Amino acid sequence: MSAVTPKGVLVNPIFKNNPIALQILGICSALAVTTSMSVSLVMALAVIAVTAFSNLFVSTIRHHIPSSIRIIVQMTIIASLVIVVDQVLKAYAYDMSKQLSVFVGLIITNCIVMGRAEAFAMQNGPGLSFLDGIGNGMGYGVILLIVSFFRELLGAGSVFGFTILHTVNDGGWYVPNGLLLLPPSAFFIIGLFIWLLRSLNPEQIETNEFVIRKNSMPKEAV
Amino acid sequence: MAASNNSIKKILIVAFALCIVCSVIVSTAAVALRPLQQANQEADRKSNILRVANLYQPGVPIDEQFESVTARVVDLRTGEYTDEFDPETFDGFEAARDPATGRTLSGDRDIAGLSRQEMYSTVYLVGDPEDPEQIILPIRGQGLWGRMRGFFAVEGDGNTIVGITYYEHSETPGLGGEVENPRWQALWEGKQIYADSDSIDPAIRLVKGGASGETEVDALSGATLTSNGVTNMLQFWLSAEGFAEYLARFRDGVNPDDAAEADPDFETAEGA
Repeated sequence: MSAVTPKGVLVNPIFKNNPIALQILGICSALAVTTSMSVSLVMALAVIAVTAFSNLFVSTIRHHIPSSIRIIVQMTIIASLVIVVDQVLKAYAYDMSKQLSVFVGLIITNCIVMGRAEAFAMQNGPGLSFLDGIGNGMGYGVILLIVSFFRELLGAGSVFGFTILHTVNDGGWYVPNGLLLLPPSAFFIIGLFIWLLRSLNPEQIETNEFVIRKNSMPKEAV
Repeated sequence: MAASNNSIKKILIVAFALCIVCSVIVSTAAVALRPLQQANQEADRKSNILRVANLYQPGVPIDEQFESVTARVVDLRTGEYTDEFDPETFDGFEAARDPATGRTLSGDRDIAGLSRQEMYSTVYLVGDPEDPEQIILPIRGQGLWGRMRGFFAVEGDGNTIVGITYYEHSETPGLGGEVENPRWQALWEGKQIYADSDSIDPAIRLVKGGASGETEVDALSGATLTSNGVTNMLQFWLSAEGFAEYLARFRDGVNPDDAAEADPDFETAEGA
């Protein structure tokens, strides 16, 4: 985050400063929409579009936003964009919008969008902010696709709807893992992914805020 | 600059301008895209109707495939067709909420968990509307997690099942969500709704572990409550509260259109 360059704001959020894995934002929707890869892809594209354009518009009018109502101004812009995205999906990708149901609308409450508008777009120019929005949307999308890859492959035996492992229900041999179709499994996969990222980039590991004192006198309870 | 930004005048101007711009964008998108969205919804509903009747062919335009299907509105109390409503626009779900066309269900009668039910319902007839090959009935009821909505197809004899499909449900994927599995849906074909020709109490139900007989279908494994929901909603919609009177006319070979003169016969047939 030190140097604000167009390439940096676009690429850094994908692995180095990932909104889900490092900032732990936007987890809820990552749990909900990752049961199949095609749904995740559409959700990722929707979030990329909303983050990019909300950053662009907020940044464009940032010198005129009164600081006392800036959060509401940002929310209004984000909410309008989300409604437009939802309407477009309903018109051009009806099956997808049925599967995503309420989660497109809930992009409004996705902390990534608001976080980028407040933290980045309020301080930087429209061009950079737009790229930052795309970058953060992609960071979110990458996690979504990784999580949904494992969930769909092991939970339903397919990738993007194409059968890879023949499941028992369709007369094959693979017994699908039902847990992976339920939201908690996304927690495990995101957790493992955060572990992997922090092992590869040790600078992402946060220092402990306090040290747990050793129990000095072990004693029987009774 | 910062100071003038926070003056009350500036705050009001910014807020007002933003609201105007945003509402224009949102309403433009909503109005411009509405025809496409309605076409999508219509195509989705029609494709579900075709799927339950085993008529759906991917790649062929939906409207072309739908030509062999006629929609009619049925009065559930008498089992007769009514021309009071336009089948194209009649919405059973809305009708249930309207006191003029719906009624409140309570206690033991409400086995499908509907709380309100419409007194008219749209049915779809495949083939000749006078002597249909298939009759497609809308069904809905409570599953494990929420309302399940679908279609149920019956052959022209009013008793033999063609298929069942759900287009809206929130059951657990992999367990109750298997109501969408074509292999499970295929189990329904050829089953009977009613055990004997006089009865209007539906016998069809889901059973655990090895369905035998004409009126039993295998339950979904690991999804007892979803299976109960499916059984209950069929028991409800195929009973006298639902489509039993209507289907009885096909079972007796009396077309609902001739109902006026055939009514006395129908009553005695019921009484016998």
